[in-house]
Amino acid sequence: MGPHVDRPDVRLRLAAAGRLALVAVPAVFLAVFFVYPLGSIVGSVAEELSPGSVLGDERLRGVIWFTTWQAVVSTSLTLAAGLPAAFLLARFRFPGRSALRVASLVAFVLPTVVVGTAFGGRGPSLAALFAAHVFFNLAVVIRVVGGFWSQLDPAYEDVAAEMGATGARRFTDVLLPLARPAIVGAATLVFLFTFTSFGVALLLAGPSRATIEVEIFRQTSQLLDLPVAAVLTLVQLVIVSALLWITSATESRAGVRQRLVASADAARRPRTSGERAFVAAAAPLLGVALLLPPLRLVWRSVRTPAGITLDRYVGLGDVRAGSALPISPIDAVTTSLRVAAGAASIALVVGVLASWAISRSRQGSWLRALSAVPLGVSAVTVGFGYVVAFDAGPLDLRGSVWLLVAAQSVVAVPFVVRMVEPVLSTSALELTEQAGALGASPLQAARDVLVPVASRAILGAAAFAFAIALGEFGATAFVARLDSPTMPVAIVRLLAQPGAASIGQATAMSVMLLVVTALITVGIDRFRVGTFGRL
Amino acid sequence: MNRGVALALTLVAVMSAACADSEETSGGSRPEVTLLTHDSFDVGANVVRAFEREHQIDLRIVPAGDAGQLVNRAILTAGNPEGDVLFGVDDNLFPAAIEAGVFEPYESPALARVDDALELDPTHAVTPIDRGDVCLNVDRGWFERRSLAPPDDIADLTDRAYRGLTVVQNPATSTPGLAFMLATIARLGEGWQDFWRALRANEVLVVDGWEQAYYGEFSGAGGGEGERPIVVSYATSPAAEVVFAEEELDEAPTAAVTASCYRQVEFAGVLAGSDHVEEARAVIDFMLSEPFQEDVPLRMFVFPVVDDVELPPVFERWAKEPVSPLSLPAARVAAEREAWVRTWTDLMFG
Repeated sequence: MGPHVDRPDVRLRLAAAGRLALVAVPAVFLAVFFVYPLGSIVGSVAEELSPGSVLGDERLRGVIWFTTWQAVVSTSLTLAAGLPAAFLLARFRFPGRSALRVASLVAFVLPTVVVGTAFGGRGPSLAALFAAHVFFNLAVVIRVVGGFWSQLDPAYEDVAAEMGATGARRFTDVLLPLARPAIVGAATLVFLFTFTSFGVALLLAGPSRATIEVEIFRQTSQLLDLPVAAVLTLVQLVIVSALLWITSATESRAGVRQRLVASADAARRPRTSGERAFVAAAAPLLGVALLLPPLRLVWRSVRTPAGITLDRYVGLGDVRAGSALPISPIDAVTTSLRVAAGAASIALVVGVLASWAISRSRQGSWLRALSAVPLGVSAVTVGFGYVVAFDAGPLDLRGSVWLLVAAQSVVAVPFVVRMVEPVLSTSALELTEQAGALGASPLQAARDVLVPVASRAILGAAAFAFAIALGEFGATAFVARLDSPTMPVAIVRLLAQPGAASIGQATAMSVMLLVVTALITVGIDRFRVGTFGRL
Repeated sequence: MNRGVALALTLVAVMSAACADSEETSGGSRPEVTLLTHDSFDVGANVVRAFEREHQIDLRIVPAGDAGQLVNRAILTAGNPEGDVLFGVDDNLFPAAIEAGVFEPYESPALARVDDALELDPTHAVTPIDRGDVCLNVDRGWFERRSLAPPDDIADLTDRAYRGLTVVQNPATSTPGLAFMLATIARLGEGWQDFWRALRANEVLVVDGWEQAYYGEFSGAGGGEGERPIVVSYATSPAAEVVFAEEELDEAPTAAVTASCYRQVEFAGVLAGSDHVEEARAVIDFMLSEPFQEDVPLRMFVFPVVDDVELPPVFERWAKEPVSPLSLPAARVAAEREAWVRTWTDLMFG
């Protein structure tokens, strides 16, 4: 304890200044690299164009319509496949259960470009688009609905069984209705993710179809119609916010409490023959659905006209003549690693400080909201905002690698906050207060109590932020430099070029991204260095 | 110290090290000049090396997608460019680029040997480098095997006999695509929109770029994978097929439909805001020099713009220049191009 113990006013003022600094760093970062670009989009629309002229445009209305119906179909298909999968993983014990759970998580974390490459290969098709969306979002249903079922008291089912309900009836008449809020929640998330689909839609929907995100990108990079892109961004923002608002309103109204138990109690071995048949059929099916696309990608990367070889990997170090890449694919890997490392570092600092501020003060709630917003706003909006905002004056950052780093960190910050903030807010806060009551200074309390407790979450968040940045494509597509593309940008460039050599290199690079992302995800899950919040 | 803290700190340290490492590591003594270009750009390595030796500079070639994407990119970064010199802006695209302040004017002394009719920009913001004609190409063997006559004019494409046979490029992203759309306007006048409506009904395939159309979808391309026997390409493409054929050919396997040809000139310019203006100007001079101009025909299958450059024999024989290619007044294209492309996009993707 220092000598200033008997000068509480100084200590308080220091603490207040320190807290202010802690809040200022994330607040300024998010203000400059998130709020300002968003404001620039709104400003550019106000100046140049009325939303009416876009909504009056038949083709752009078509884009909005396609975006909506493909999201509805994707969500329905994901629920159809995801509910049985969630039921399987939540209520039954069987060999391979945890492996399936992790595999679904890996699918959710995989870069969109990798999934697009895995499901592409025979040219664009709607079937491939839907399959990719289902593959991506199974984890959402498994986590949200399965998470609910795994904590639901088995007594509900037992009572129904005593009343003579068969297994199928118990599922449709008891489990499904009880889980309705969770299902609505999961469906909303899946709808949001597929409504704002960019990388997958760009690769799989074909040139004649576009989601709003893809259209924003095309209007910017191909047609150079920034006002139209800006209006589309706003239209998407309005639709997404309206949806979130409606959902939260209905959720609070339908807030019925069920009896929940510790998740370990809800799952059991399949007992009846019907249950055994369900597990025997559903488990392998889910395994195939989750493993086949990545395996197919690996297979396509080694299958060459000359047989099964690693040629495509060996050739990644060279600049191929006639390639759309001015650099070797390995150079793109290096660029990606460096940018992602920088972005993850920034996201970690900003995210941890924001989490700290949120957990320490009641005013932190607006910071929590602010740091979560990039999730709903979509990476494409961030990237497009950068194009509009950072083009003049002291903030003319065009072509700077720092713009790319900033974009990726803005996208990664919400994930850091989601992983770190709960830990800081709950257990750690009480611990620090206890330490304070025992006479430790705030700094000491933080060092001795808080950091050890939160370090696992912080480590997990760092790894996760790195994985997110590595695979980031939505914002990156707008701000990556031509002469130093990141891996996802290089993959998309190669895929746009015809010829087996380009596509071979693109698949090999996709496999590398796949392996890195999968290792990080499995690592976080295995070593329990963090949880993914509700996801 | 807690193991988790140690791990977290190590991770942060590694990340910062990786960041710090990303500062310029290439401490080469020669200045590097970056040429932004479209994906179809090609030049002989020996030609480039000779230029680099003579001027003691390194020429870095960075492809940026199709010409449309290349020019959009340059407009978005005008004044703060991603390179020093740009090649591949054509007569339809340069007015918008000049208006956006993409280029810094430079009048190359080598222009003295260039046909005045090709110097379409009196401000010398851009310099003509090559010219070509965008024409429909047909796979002759494909039509012979089916005893079907290939189309010999643009309007023929909507014929039921050619249903599902044509692949074109998106005029929003591809210069040959744009040139062909302009060809339909020049040839059909007011009827061009009806033509495209009918072509869509006749199952035309639209792709983003020339390479994808020619090597990905066209059946007549040597080594290509495509199945459609009609493509938008260049008057010189049949000559390219002869040059690149695996066995010697007496006849070109493909033919250009001369009534469909539209004149296209490609330009280069020094990018405003470049740190290497002197070197960038040297690159413009280089592109008008004899070694580059002589290399152009067999690399990019276009004609040189410098008058007295000798053409390769295979060009003399197979690359027929259309006698009276289609064209539209540059002012009209500049004024209406955007609206036309929008209309086309609505017609084809709406």
